[in-house]
Amino acid sequence: MLKLPIYLDNNATTPLDPRVLEAMMPYLTDVFGNAASRNHPFGWAAEEGVDYAREQIAQLINCDPKEIIFTSGATEGDNLGIKGIFEMYSQRGNHIITTTTEHKAVLDTCKHIEKLGGKVTYLPVNDKGLISLDELEAAMTPQTILVTIMYGNNETGTIQPIREIAAIAHKHGALFMSDGTQAVGKIPVDVLADGIDLMAFTAHKMYGPKGVGALYVRRKNPRVKVTAQMDGGGHERGMRSGTLNVPGIVGFGKACELARLEMAADTERLSKMRDHLEQSLLPLEESYVNGSVEHRLPHVTNISFKYVEGEGLMMGVKDLAVSSGSACTSASLEPSYVLKALGLSDDLAHSSLRFGLSRFTTQEQIDYAINHVKEAVTKLREMSPLWEMHKEGVDLSTIEWAEH
Amino acid sequence: MAYSDKVIDHYSNPRNVGTLDKNKKTVGTGLVGAPECGDVMRLQIEVDEATNTITDAKFKTFGCGSAIASSSLATEWLKGKTVDEALAIDNMEIVEELALPPVKIHCSVLAEDAIKMAINDYRVKNGMPALELEKSHH
Repeated sequence: MLKLPIYLDNNATTPLDPRVLEAMMPYLTDVFGNAASRNHPFGWAAEEGVDYAREQIAQLINCDPKEIIFTSGATEGDNLGIKGIFEMYSQRGNHIITTTTEHKAVLDTCKHIEKLGGKVTYLPVNDKGLISLDELEAAMTPQTILVTIMYGNNETGTIQPIREIAAIAHKHGALFMSDGTQAVGKIPVDVLADGIDLMAFTAHKMYGPKGVGALYVRRKNPRVKVTAQMDGGGHERGMRSGTLNVPGIVGFGKACELARLEMAADTERLSKMRDHLEQSLLPLEESYVNGSVEHRLPHVTNISFKYVEGEGLMMGVKDLAVSSGSACTSASLEPSYVLKALGLSDDLAHSSLRFGLSRFTTQEQIDYAINHVKEAVTKLREMSPLWEMHKEGVDLSTIEWAEH
Repeated sequence: MAYSDKVIDHYSNPRNVGTLDKNKKTVGTGLVGAPECGDVMRLQIEVDEATNTITDAKFKTFGCGSAIASSSLATEWLKGKTVDEALAIDNMEIVEELALPPVKIHCSVLAEDAIKMAINDYRVKNGMPALELEKSHH
């Protein structure tokens, strides 16, 4: 029996894998010690759990366990990386390069840096969501200390040319940071081979618990340091104070181990289902995939159904938990800035749905979703004055709208 | 955000979806909103000239559930009303009836604007001056 509603919003968060919960349980009960307590077995047991998790995490992204700095999540990792580099390397320069399609955790942190007197370049993206390497090269200055560009986009799944970006940053003597939130655990991410110096990522996007993440900080070639943004007991090699979230970290470690072992199989299954979903929905007239189809995370698709408004559509697909580029619940009424950065008109951005699949998504769920979306789009188009005008051959751009 | 039962009912079973012949003298059409804003509402009324009564009302809306429900409710209310009664419909009555949250009040404003625009379209078509419409509270 199909259970409704069906969760297809896995870019927002993923369910906890039962095997992760199982690994965490002892640390939520018997093994409750503070990992920083060096003088008794309670502390040692907790520290052992943390150390093991550090290894599991390091193995997934091919780094040394000592290079993992635990945080409360990717937002904190992004903040610590950007602010920490800006402070630590202020003698070297004050310029940071990023893109317009970053997560708010990066964009708003960069805005904060600007208030502190830093300079930030926001690179545009093309219609597939990709930056231009030439533009990156041209934006580099002797003052550039950091290039921070996300690995895979949360709304479209578009994957940036990470290795090429890293090479350009390094050529000009800057560090390269990547927000790996959506990519780590989904596609192979190898910080050594990719040339990443700092990377924020989080457990809850890969079937781990919420409230725990990490910042990878390179220790060799070059040795990178960030100024702590949280002062206190000097945990995490002085870069992030605060008692470690031991059960969370243990779960994070287990999630990374499972991701490493099951990634290939998951990717194959998920991309097949995602493609099936996409290929079944695109025959609906005036439907478009947003972002790059070629360079994309395996579990995501973002589709605009023209002449149907996204929030109305989400209500129509009430048996599905998805998200929309339409933000008409917010006070601003502005649609997704990521989709707009791709050059989408506001009305197309308003008409988008994002589907994010997970390890637990089934073919039966996808088949149900396909029919459900088709029905809702068809019904709403029959109700849409824009669809009627389109069908009558009216060019909507020639109409003078009574702006509201 | 949770929708009220009445919004869900109007969204799931919209009343009076459709199109009236906009070229008919007895039909008034109001088209408000803009695609970029995520809301476009088209509301049409058919008026019996002898009694000045609205005999039919239809809508089509591109927008969220609250926008669809506001226009659906408006058509329900319009049928059988005289044009003067229709002019008196205030957006806050729609807000109350549908229990719209503050962020969705603009949907009711759109519906009120659409009603007034449809009435004005009907008036102008029939040689009456357009009414000066006070800006509704946004």
